[in-house]
Amino acid sequence: MNLQLHLTRDSMKLDVPSDLGIVGAAVELVASHLPPGTLSPRRISFNLRTALAEALGNAIRYGTGEDPDRVVRVRVELGEDVVRIYVVDDGNGYDPRRLPDPTQPDNLEREFGRGLFVIRHLVDDVAFNEKGNGICLTLRAG
Amino acid sequence: MRFTLKKDKSGVVVVGVEGQLIVGNRQELKQKVLDALEEGSRKFIIDFSKTGYIDSSGLGVLVSLSKKIREQGGELRLAGLNADLQTLFELTKLDTLFAITRTAEEALAAF
Repeated sequence: MNLQLHLTRDSMKLDVPSDLGIVGAAVELVASHLPPGTLSPRRISFNLRTALAEALGNAIRYGTGEDPDRVVRVRVELGEDVVRIYVVDDGNGYDPRRLPDPTQPDNLEREFGRGLFVIRHLVDDVAFNEKGNGICLTLRAG
Repeated sequence: MRFTLKKDKSGVVVVGVEGQLIVGNRQELKQKVLDALEEGSRKFIIDFSKTGYIDSSGLGVLVSLSKKIREQGGELRLAGLNADLQTLFELTKLDTLFAITRTAEEALAAF
């Protein structure tokens, strides 16, 4: 499946087809085009890749329902010492405050429900748009 | 990104995860392990020493596989987590669900 990254000096744009099988390739495309020095190699190789895979997986599975005719839009803003990644789907959104804590004993053996929890621990800031169908991940240098 | 399965002489299946374990390939890993379980294997090690990152879907499939293996009287052990992956298991408290060793060899010796 073809992925087309639109790259400028301070931004990237990528439309990701609603296919879970393409998440890994989309993550690699974004991560491999970050300018050197923006974030440490370790934060790119682990925090950014994991958080972006989570956000894309959530958007494709729950936002666009793995409908091959729909896309998830990724926009990356590149600052001197900060990277902001916006992942937006065209679904109905959700209320991030209503998710259960996956570390509670009753939830520990559940297969799903850790995505947002993991994202919150890997990036410096997480924000949602009003509808709940868009997430912004902020990673700062250092 | 690929998975390798090797059975050692004592019957322990060692699964290598090269690249990442995420939403897009979790089903492939799950099926390979379930096939080995179906064929009679009961002791499994998943070796993450060549793994870059794991997302929550990858964590979820490990939880699911561990349960299925235990239901058949077997055990799943994890090995080779780097510092970032170890932290991921600790913050999700999944380190309390799995026996985790530094290397696959240590996990083999502990069976």
